Amino acid sequence: MNEKHDFASDLRTYLVGFALAALLSAVPFAAVALHRPRAQVLWLLIGCGLVQLLVHFRCFLHIDLSEQKRDDLQLILFSVMIVVLMVGGTLWIMGNAHRHMM
Amino acid sequence: MTLNDWLFGRLTVQAALPFYSAIATAAASIVVVGALAVVVLLTKFRLWRPLWSEWLTSLDHKRIGIMYVVLALVMLSRAVVEAVMMRAQQAVSYDSPGYLPADHFAQLFTTHGTIMIFFMAMPFLTGIINYAMPLQIGARDVSFPLLNSVSLGLTAAGAALMMISLCIGRFSTGGWSGYPPFTELAFSPDVGPDYWIWAVTLSSIGSTLTGINFAVTIYKERAPGMHLFRMPLFCWTALCTSILMIFAMPPLTVATALLALDRYAGAHFFTNGGGGDVMNYINLFWLFGHPEVYILILPAFGVYSEVFSTFSAKALYGYRSLVYATMAIAVLSFTVWLHHFFTMGQGANVNAVFGIATMLIGIPTGVKIYDWLLTMFRGRIRFAVPLLFALGFILMFAIGGMTGIILANPGIDYQVHNTVFLVAHFHNVLIPGLLFGMLAAVQYWFPKAFGFRLNEKWGRTVFVLWTAGFLFAFMPLYALGLLGLPRRTVEYFQGAYRPWTLIAAFGALLLLLGLFAVGAWLFVSVRQRDDNRVPAGDPWNGRTLEWSMSAPPPEYNFAVRPRVTGRDQFMRDKLGGMAYLRPDEYEDIEIPLGSAVGPLLGIAGILCGFGLTWHIWWMAAGGLLLSIGTVIARSFVRETTRIVPAGEVRLQHEAWLGRLAMERPASRDQEIAPSNRGLALADGS
Amino acid sequence: MSRHPGLNLAHADEKAHAEAEPLLFGFWVFLMSDLVLFALLFATYATMMGVTAGGPGPKQLFELGPAAIETAALLCSSLAYGMATLVMKYERGRVWLLFWLGAALLLGLVFLCFEIDDFVGMFAKGGGIGRSGQLSAFFALVGTHGLHVTFGCLWIVVMMIQVLVFGAERRDNKTERERLLADRVQTRILRLGLFWHFLDIVWIGIFSVVYLQGLTA
Repeated sequence: MNEKHDFASDLRTYLVGFALAALLSAVPFAAVALHRPRAQVLWLLIGCGLVQLLVHFRCFLHIDLSEQKRDDLQLILFSVMIVVLMVGGTLWIMGNAHRHMM
Repeated sequence: MTLNDWLFGRLTVQAALPFYSAIATAAASIVVVGALAVVVLLTKFRLWRPLWSEWLTSLDHKRIGIMYVVLALVMLSRAVVEAVMMRAQQAVSYDSPGYLPADHFAQLFTTHGTIMIFFMAMPFLTGIINYAMPLQIGARDVSFPLLNSVSLGLTAAGAALMMISLCIGRFSTGGWSGYPPFTELAFSPDVGPDYWIWAVTLSSIGSTLTGINFAVTIYKERAPGMHLFRMPLFCWTALCTSILMIFAMPPLTVATALLALDRYAGAHFFTNGGGGDVMNYINLFWLFGHPEVYILILPAFGVYSEVFSTFSAKALYGYRSLVYATMAIAVLSFTVWLHHFFTMGQGANVNAVFGIATMLIGIPTGVKIYDWLLTMFRGRIRFAVPLLFALGFILMFAIGGMTGIILANPGIDYQVHNTVFLVAHFHNVLIPGLLFGMLAAVQYWFPKAFGFRLNEKWGRTVFVLWTAGFLFAFMPLYALGLLGLPRRTVEYFQGAYRPWTLIAAFGALLLLLGLFAVGAWLFVSVRQRDDNRVPAGDPWNGRTLEWSMSAPPPEYNFAVRPRVTGRDQFMRDKLGGMAYLRPDEYEDIEIPLGSAVGPLLGIAGILCGFGLTWHIWWMAAGGLLLSIGTVIARSFVRETTRIVPAGEVRLQHEAWLGRLAMERPASRDQEIAPSNRGLALADGS
Repeated sequence: MSRHPGLNLAHADEKAHAEAEPLLFGFWVFLMSDLVLFALLFATYATMMGVTAGGPGPKQLFELGPAAIETAALLCSSLAYGMATLVMKYERGRVWLLFWLGAALLLGLVFLCFEIDDFVGMFAKGGGIGRSGQLSAFFALVGTHGLHVTFGCLWIVVMMIQVLVFGAERRDNKTERERLLADRVQTRILRLGLFWHFLDIVWIGIFSVVYLQGLTA
C-alpha cells in the first residue's frame, strides 16, 4: 500500500469538495447580490443547494455507492424518504388548511 | 429581583402545596408516605449499597430491562387509580358537580394519558425489548450499554417530575396532547404545562436514544449466522419499533420545544396573536403521535408471535409475511397522521388521501391475525397464561381495529370527533394491543429473568379481571360516544348517559381489582418461588436462543456465542441432540463496568426540569452543567470494561451443565407442575 | 478494505474495526434523527414565511455580507476539520492534528461571533423572537443550528485535550492499553467530524431557504 499516494488522493478529495462547495455557495450569493429576478434565483438556489448537498456527502462524509458504505447509504436514503414524507405532508396540509381558512 | 425570587423562582408555599382539594392532598400524602416507606425499608435492610452498585449503576441490559419494567408497573398503578377516579366522577356527576373539582378532574385526565403513554407503555416495552432482544439475537449486550443506562435515567427523571408534580404545584390541565392555545401562557399561566413539557421532553430524548441503541444492536450485534430473516419475530418488531422511535420522537421534541419557546421566550408559534398558528402544533404533535401508536403496538405483536408459536408447539406460520407486514405497518405509520385531525379545516381531498392511507394499515394487520390463527391450527395448544392474553388480544383487537376503520372515514369522524367513541377506540386497541402483550411477556420471560415461574392461577385471575374490566369499562363508551358524550366531560345533564356511565364505572372497578391482582400475582409467586424453580432455564420448551441458558442467565449471557444455522435455532438444537453441548474451549469475555453516569444524568434531568418549571434558573443551569460535566468526565475514564476470564466462564457453565444432567425432563403436560424444572422433553410436536 | 476512510487499515487491527463499526453507524443514526428535527424546523419556518404580524421582514433584518462570511467560515472550518482527520489517519504528528483541530475550532467561533452579532443587530432593529411568527421560526431554526455549533466547539476543545492526554497515534511501539485509548480518541474525532460536516450541510439549507430566499427581490 502506497501511503503517500493514498494521502494525496484523500487530500485531493477534500480540496475538490471544498472548491466545488465554495463555488456552489458563491453562485447563489452572487445572484442575490446582483439582484437577479426572484424566479431565477430560486431555481438557482434549489439547483446549487442540492448539488452542494451531494458534494458534501461525497467529499466530506465519504458516502459513495461502494459495498462498505451500503448500510450508511441505505440509512440516509430511508431518512430522506421520512423527511420528504414529513416535510412534504406538512407543507401540503398546512398550505391547504390556510387556503380553506383564510 | 429579590433574593427570594432568585432562589425560588415562582415557587411559593401557596403555589406549591397541594391543598386545593382534599383528594389532591391525600394523593400527595400517599406519594410522600410511599417514598418515605421505601427509604426506611432500604435503610432498615441495608439495601442502599446493593441497590446502587448492583442495580442503578449496572449497565447489564437485563437489569436495565427489569428496572424499566418496575418503573412501568409503579406508574401503571398511579394511572389506573386516576382512571378509576375519573370513571367514578362520571358515574356520580349526572346533574351534579360530583366529587372532583373540574380543575382537578382535568389534571387527572392529563396525567392519566401522559403517564400511560410515556411512563407506563414506553418503559414497559423498552424494558421487555431490553431484556429479551439481545438474548434472542445471541448478543452479549446492547451496542451501547452506557447509553442504555442514560436512557433509563432520563425516562426515570421524567417519571420523577410527574410524581413531584403531584406534591408540588399542579399539573397541566391541557390533556396528554397539550394542545395550545390552551396550554399557552395566556390561558394556563401556572406551572402545569411546564411540568408536562419537561417531563415529556425528558422521556422523548430517552426514547430517541433507546431507539438508536436497539436499532444498532440488531444491525451489528447478531450472533454469527443470525441473518435478519432468521431472527425471532420479536426482534423484527423491536427493530421496527426502534426505527419508529428514531424518526418519530424528534417531531415531539420540536413540538414541546416550540411550545416552551412560546411560554418562556414570548415566541409566537402557537399563540392566538403575533402570527402564531395552533395548527402547526397539531400537525407536529401527530407527526409523532401516529408512529407512536405503532411504537406501542409492534413489540406486543412480537410477543404474541413468540407466544403463539411456543404454546402451539409449532413454527410461526407465514414468518416472512409477518416480517413484511411489520415493515409495511412501520412505513405506513408515517403516512396517516392527519387522521387525528380530520376536522382541523383542510379540504376534503386531503382528508380522503389520509383516510384511505389509514384504511390500508388494516391490510398488513389482517395478515398478521390470520398468520397467528394459522400458527395455532393443528398445533399442540396449551392454554397457559401468555396464550390466554394472546387469544384475548385477537378477539378484542379485531373489534378495536374495526372501529379504527370506522373512524378512518372522515365523514364519520366528523360525527364522533372528540367524543368518548374515540376514547373507547384507542383503549380498545391499546389495552389488548399493548398492555396484554406486556403482561403476557412478563409471564413468559419472568422465569428466564428470575429463575422461577409465576403463579398460573393468579395469572389467570389477572387475565379475567383485565378482560372483563376492559369490556365493561370501554364497550359502554362506544354507545356513549354515539350518543354524543364529549370526552373529558366532568359533569353532564343528559339522563340517557347515566346507565352507560354506571356500567363503565363498574368496569373501572374491575380494572382496579385487576391492578391489585397483578400485585398479588407477583407477591404470591415470589413467596412460592421454591416450588416453581426452573434452574435449567427452558420452562416452555422454547424455540429461540434465550431459552438455551440458565435462568437467570449469567451476566455475559452466552458462555460461548452461538452459531446460528436457521430459524428457531434452539429447537433445532434440541431436536438434533445438539443442545447443552460442552464447548471445546472458552474465551475471555469483556463486559462493561458499572457506571454512575446514567443516574447522574437522571438527577441532572430532574434538576433541569424542575428548575425550568418553577423558573429557578440557577437550578436549571446547574442541572445542565452537571450533565455536560458528567459526560465530559466520563470521556476521560480509562477503564470501562472488565474481563471475565475463560476459566471462570468454564466453571460457571460446567456447573450449570452438571445441574442440568440431574434434572428430569418435563413433558408439555407438566408445564405448570412443580416437576417442570426448566428442562423440556424434546419431542418436536 | 477499510470500511471507514478515517481509519487506516495499515495500523488498525480487526478488533479496532469491529469496535468502531457500531459506534460510527450509531452516530449516523443519531445524525439522521437530528436531521428530522432540523427538517421539521425548516418546515415550520416555511409555513410561517410571510407571517410578519406588522413587524420587520427579512429584507429589513437580514444582511447578505455577514451571511456570506458565516457561510465561508463554516465551510473553511469543515475543510480544516477534514485536514485534521487526514493528519490523524496518516499519523503526521500530534502538533499538526492539534493545529487543524484548533483551526476548525477558531473558524467555528468566528461563525458564532458573526451569528451572535447578527442576532443582536436584529433585536436592535425590532426583530426579536417575540415580534412575529416568522421571527420565532427563524430564531428556532437558526438558533438550534447555532446551539449545535456551540456544542461542537465545546466538543472540539474536549477532543484537543484528549489528544494531549491519550494521544491519537497507534504506533507499533505502544502497549495494548495505550493503543486502545488512542483508538477511542480516533473514533471520537471521526464522530465529531461527522457531526461537524453535518452541521455544514444543515447550513446550506439555512442560507438557501432563510437568507438568500428572504433577500431576493
